Amino acid sequence: MKYGFVFSQTDSSPMYQQIMEQIKQRIAVGDWPPNTPLPSIRELAIEIKVSVITVKRAYLELEREGAIITQQGKGSRVNDTIDLKVLQKAEFLQHLEQAGRLAKSLDIPGDEVWLMLKRYME
Amino acid sequence: MDLPLAVQCEGITKRYKHFTLQNVDLSFEQGTVMGLVGPNGAGKSTIMRMVMGLIGPDSGSVKVLGHAMPKDQIAAKRHIGFVAEDMRLYEGETIAFHMDFIRSIFDTWDGDYAKVLLRRLDLNENQKVKGLSHGQRVKATLLLALARRPGLLVFDEPTTGLDPVVRREVLDEMMNALADETRSVLFSSHNTLDVEQISDYITFIYGGRVVESLNKEEFIDGWRRLRLVNPNNAPLPALANIRDVQQSGQIVTVTVTGYDDSLPAVFSQAGMTVTAVERLTLEEIFLSIVLFAKANAKMELAA
Repeated sequence: MKYGFVFSQTDSSPMYQQIMEQIKQRIAVGDWPPNTPLPSIRELAIEIKVSVITVKRAYLELEREGAIITQQGKGSRVNDTIDLKVLQKAEFLQHLEQAGRLAKSLDIPGDEVWLMLKRYME
Repeated sequence: MDLPLAVQCEGITKRYKHFTLQNVDLSFEQGTVMGLVGPNGAGKSTIMRMVMGLIGPDSGSVKVLGHAMPKDQIAAKRHIGFVAEDMRLYEGETIAFHMDFIRSIFDTWDGDYAKVLLRRLDLNENQKVKGLSHGQRVKATLLLALARRPGLLVFDEPTTGLDPVVRREVLDEMMNALADETRSVLFSSHNTLDVEQISDYITFIYGGRVVESLNKEEFIDGWRRLRLVNPNNAPLPALANIRDVQQSGQIVTVTVTGYDDSLPAVFSQAGMTVTAVERLTLEEIFLSIVLFAKANAKMELAA
């Protein structure tokens, strides 16, 4: 296994998100530094035995998030102006959004949510 | 590049005594994988046999890699590799005999690739067919189809009855074959995990009709299960895309298709609390489609 992607069947997130996570992790820990060329969509699909369309979707979403840059005919590479903190902050905001919605539906007031969150920051 | 479609079925109909395939459209471009899903007797094998040119439709047209079927089937078959569960091999002969036999018919036979496949699939070419396990037989027919390097691979239930290791080997080789970006795969399976994993497109067959035919990401993305609490026993919003409702006391579980992010608010406005929104596996979607179709058929009968 050239790229060492391992997926989980018990993870409830869809496959394209698992691919995104694993690529972002390789970028975050520095294994794939800025400008590193990514495998072509077909190459990665065959390597990890996942449909081309799923890998394509993962790449599209990664590009939208600014983690990678795709140029027609040249393939994709890790964004060289990538700011990992920005990337991680975007992910943090997504978690907050989910938590906020859930808190609302469970009728947990804002100040209580704040106290709960504070407990994890100490 | 203007390649003909891998498969292009338009409005195909085929009547049998106890079964009718009705007005089936099924198309996908070269370089992609189409998974056919549906219960037993839904018409999957009939469609595959028409794509192979083994039977002709009563009406409608079938084109494979630009060849009209069954008229141009001799030209088309050079480029189609077929693997089916009930494929017959000569019991008293070895795998090597079959390899020689196929090589003598198809000039596209790639002997080096065949050797690689023997090794990767853990097969002994000197073994006779009668001594092979079910898994080894499937792998042998897969090898015989792949080593011809056909443009279209047609697999009828390739993973049925295989243990997890062999199933993995078969799926891996199906995917490896796609390294050639004009090669296409049409396959049917009951194993929704296999279809979910390697298909680019999914076509759902039920009762001789195509229920849905979509790219897999859109297909799976559209389905959600909402878990609700309904304290005042308010009526559910009348949405056309609700596929199933389970209710017990205040707890309601709703399955929907065509989901978008505005949907939870519709339920909140109706006085319900949305506690969770979950994705569905292809297996759950499969069951939901079949149950919904059955319920509709019953309603039609009652009306």
